Amino acid sequence: MTTEPGTTSTDTPVHVGFTVNGVPYELEVPARRLLSDALRHDLRLTGTHVGCEHGVCGACTVLVDGDPVRSCLVFAVSLEGAEITTVEGCQNAEGGMGPVQQAFQDCHALQCGFCTPGFITTITAYLEENPDPTAEEAREAISGNLCRCTGYQNIVAAVQRAAEIRSGLLAPTGSTSSTGSTSEGETP
Amino acid sequence: MKPPPFTYHRPHTVEEAVQILAGLGEDGKVLAGGQSLVPLMSMRLSAPANLVDVNHLPDLDTVEVTSTQVRVGALARHSRVEKDAAAYAAIPLLRQGLSNVAHPTIRNRGTTVGSIVHADPAAEMPAVLVLLDGAVELRSVEGTREVPAGEFFVGAMESAVRPGELAVAATFRRPPDGSGSAFVELARRRGDYAMCGVGAVVTTEVGGALTSARVALIGVGDQPVLVDVTEALTGSGGGFQRDGLRELVDERIDPEGDIHATAEYRRHLAHVLTARALDEAHGRAVRGRREGRVA
Repeated sequence: MTTEPGTTSTDTPVHVGFTVNGVPYELEVPARRLLSDALRHDLRLTGTHVGCEHGVCGACTVLVDGDPVRSCLVFAVSLEGAEITTVEGCQNAEGGMGPVQQAFQDCHALQCGFCTPGFITTITAYLEENPDPTAEEAREAISGNLCRCTGYQNIVAAVQRAAEIRSGLLAPTGSTSSTGSTSEGETP
Repeated sequence: MKPPPFTYHRPHTVEEAVQILAGLGEDGKVLAGGQSLVPLMSMRLSAPANLVDVNHLPDLDTVEVTSTQVRVGALARHSRVEKDAAAYAAIPLLRQGLSNVAHPTIRNRGTTVGSIVHADPAAEMPAVLVLLDGAVELRSVEGTREVPAGEFFVGAMESAVRPGELAVAATFRRPPDGSGSAFVELARRRGDYAMCGVGAVVTTEVGGALTSARVALIGVGDQPVLVDVTEALTGSGGGFQRDGLRELVDERIDPEGDIHATAEYRRHLAHVLTARALDEAHGRAVRGRREGRVA
């Protein structure tokens, strides 16, 4: 630790307000609190997993204003006004599994499951941008996420399976991109 | 793996930000995307006493294309610059370079200007800035100064930014009609810093013969290494003399060995990737001429 004599209370709480999965939160956290820790420790949303804590593994990926971001590489206090989506927000409107989660089950795309939340968030956002990826594109899309179990083949298959599920869901009803209620029932 | 404590500042105007930076002097560090700074802090390789968070400043999330240049504001994330259609049409090298910067997820948060100011000798965008005779706009309480790319990088992770200054934009000059560009690199894993990378810009005359060519190399010196390789053109302008190219590059680079690659291997990559980048850039210039655009 580098607390110099004379420096006072650098861990003074700082106020920040943002939404997570549609629920507004107002937090008082030390400025050095990583978003990953704020989600897990302060908000008790433990779906977001912390692997390497320096931006390499991708397990902690969440969506900030719709775009995948490493939550271990952002200070929570930097996200004033942001809309954050975690894996808990990737479920379907009825509170069951969302299309990417369903595809992971269908394709056996997880074993230990540690890396899975990062894959789910990354792929959820990717399919918004590219709803019908080739296997090659799917591979590129997940290139920033590490998995030590599966060997990736089934995850690539799951990206394409999720695309199929989504297109089936989107075609008749128009939209499934709902955020909103959290399964944890956590409130600020 | 937790960052050390620091005092946090969240200004809401550029004026307020430079006031704070002026007061902090050597003790102030700017936080933009944080994709290099935060891991350095988590690994305790960096412990700034004060962070000035510029993420809430207005009017800096900009990409402006004019007839002569593309100006990228300090809060434009890599992904925004990469996807900007007008910027791509004006300077394809921006997207060609950016698609090699880490992973899409990192590019969603990291800023192009931040990457330039960070001045990592293996980073792509400093090389792109140098290759396009760009400049960085620095704001302080005393006003604004513009530092040309050639003077901006002063060493590994060292730029010309002085205490109290905030980089508000980077400008990239548009290459002339008949130009083509490319960025190629080799990394151990997808998205890692490259062992060596090369950006190239060539210009051609009507008919497609090369008239000039420059490359900027990364990972083989303490800053991006700019080499004018026009001298190595063959007489007809149809390509390059490979030996001549190799000599011109060798004169300028000074690779070091590390766990990822020996110095010799980096030198080898510099030769191979330079030739590859130039060929790709030439091919694009010829196609671009046919289609009436910069490629």
